[in-house]
Amino acid sequence: MTLEVPRTMPPKPEIPRPAQIGSLAPPVVPPPAAPAAAPAAGIEAGPAKVAVETREFSLYYGARHALKSVNLDLPEGTVTAIIGPSGCGKSTLLRSFNRMNDLIPGVRVEGRVRISDLDVFSPSTDVVELRRRVGMVFQRPNPFPKSIFENVAFGLRMLGLRDAAELEWRVEQSLLQAALWSEVRDRLGTSALSLSGGQQQRLCIARCLAVEPEVVLMDEPASALDPTATARIEELVLQLKSRYTLIVVTHNMQQAARISDRTAFMLEGALVEVDETRKLFTSPSQRLTEDYITGRFG
Amino acid sequence: MERHFVQEFEALKTQLLQMGGRAESIIGKAIEALKRRDPALAKIVIEDDRAIDRLEIEIEERCVELLALQQPLASDLRFITASMKISNDLERVGDHGVNIAGSAIKLSAEPELKPLVDIPRMATLAAGMLREALDTFVRRDADRARQLVKRDDEVDALNRQLFRELISYMIEDPRSITRAMELVLVARNLERVADLATNIAEEVVFIAEARIIKHHAEQGAEGQRLGVPTPAREDDFGRT
Repeated sequence: MTLEVPRTMPPKPEIPRPAQIGSLAPPVVPPPAAPAAAPAAGIEAGPAKVAVETREFSLYYGARHALKSVNLDLPEGTVTAIIGPSGCGKSTLLRSFNRMNDLIPGVRVEGRVRISDLDVFSPSTDVVELRRRVGMVFQRPNPFPKSIFENVAFGLRMLGLRDAAELEWRVEQSLLQAALWSEVRDRLGTSALSLSGGQQQRLCIARCLAVEPEVVLMDEPASALDPTATARIEELVLQLKSRYTLIVVTHNMQQAARISDRTAFMLEGALVEVDETRKLFTSPSQRLTEDYITGRFG
Repeated sequence: MERHFVQEFEALKTQLLQMGGRAESIIGKAIEALKRRDPALAKIVIEDDRAIDRLEIEIEERCVELLALQQPLASDLRFITASMKISNDLERVGDHGVNIAGSAIKLSAEPELKPLVDIPRMATLAAGMLREALDTFVRRDADRARQLVKRDDEVDALNRQLFRELISYMIEDPRSITRAMELVLVARNLERVADLATNIAEEVVFIAEARIIKHHAEQGAEGQRLGVPTPAREDDFGRT
């Protein structure tokens, strides 16, 4: 069953931004020919809800105990950074949120992961739908070998959207949100592979946002990019958090400090500490955390 | 593309300026309370100082956070470290205001010793220096900041003159000693406010030019402060 992309979206709220990346202010263009609006689920104000939750979550690669009883609560509309030395399990944990680990033979899980109302590992969970709601951006930009437009439209087409005007509108909105629109608006038909690395990564973000996820996972999103492109991705993350819940794995602690609201420190598969970023980086509770972030080890 | 942290730095600057405004206002009120012999106004000063103390704590926490979360470098780094020191200086200005207010309360209970001439003059100079220091901070104007440092001499000279005058009062009439001593203390507190203003100016030079000019570090080879004639002050043992 393909999910119906709701045809009657409420107008997207203006993304609050202190300054513009690129030269154009994003116009909030209403969708074409909208019939009576149906209220969209889950977009209501109120106390911060927990968007992502893990309970005693463990993962084994065969005999190797890769994640050890991780307990994590991530509020909606925040950026959480996951830091830790190589091999600590941060990417494994990230990939558990959208079950990308299913693709690895011999993986076994225990415990529970929930995204809003959804039990991620329940046998009845539609994994394709899960991966729409929980999008992912990878370390190396991986645009499809298609046009810029088709990259963003692809997921929408897979979901059954045919109306050309609506596709165009949604592609534009996604590229606006990803701060790429002004740079590509005049060449949507050209190959995505002709873009620079930083632009390709923003295209991948636009592609991810097009299908209206709730959670966006980012696995070292800027580590393949130069400092300027990295800065733009960081600014983008800060802007996106008003609409999405973001989880960013990064080996760059300073980046984690700059962009996240909460930071989780992992070591050898275990969650050592998770706290508000401002607290974790100024006065962590755990000795191990302090030793790691001050560079005593790792 | 404006980076996110630029706003954070602007917010810090705004908070420091707020603190500066309050510090200026405290000195003004304290001197008013002294001139008008108004203990009620003096008590308000003491309350106002609490707000300054709270601001200092907030600013310090904010600076530590900015260092941890934004890893500032170059002039951004100098701005943060200097801001911590400036907030400390402003907090002490507030404390000196409280001291003056305390003297005002005591003096208001006794007959007036002498019409206040030099103290209001000192106060005007010191408050002016403070305002100017904060202005140079906003504009990162190192040249004006250096000029400001030199003005400290005028306040020091007034302080010494007043000290000598009050000594002669005390010698003439021992019943005036308590009141004269309070006035010496007031003058001393104002002289310290002027010093703190020069501290702030020195921090501004550091932010703008990465040069530390404290402790007369820019003096000429003869030990004279450049461009300012040094009066013979053996009798004062080098005190300012």
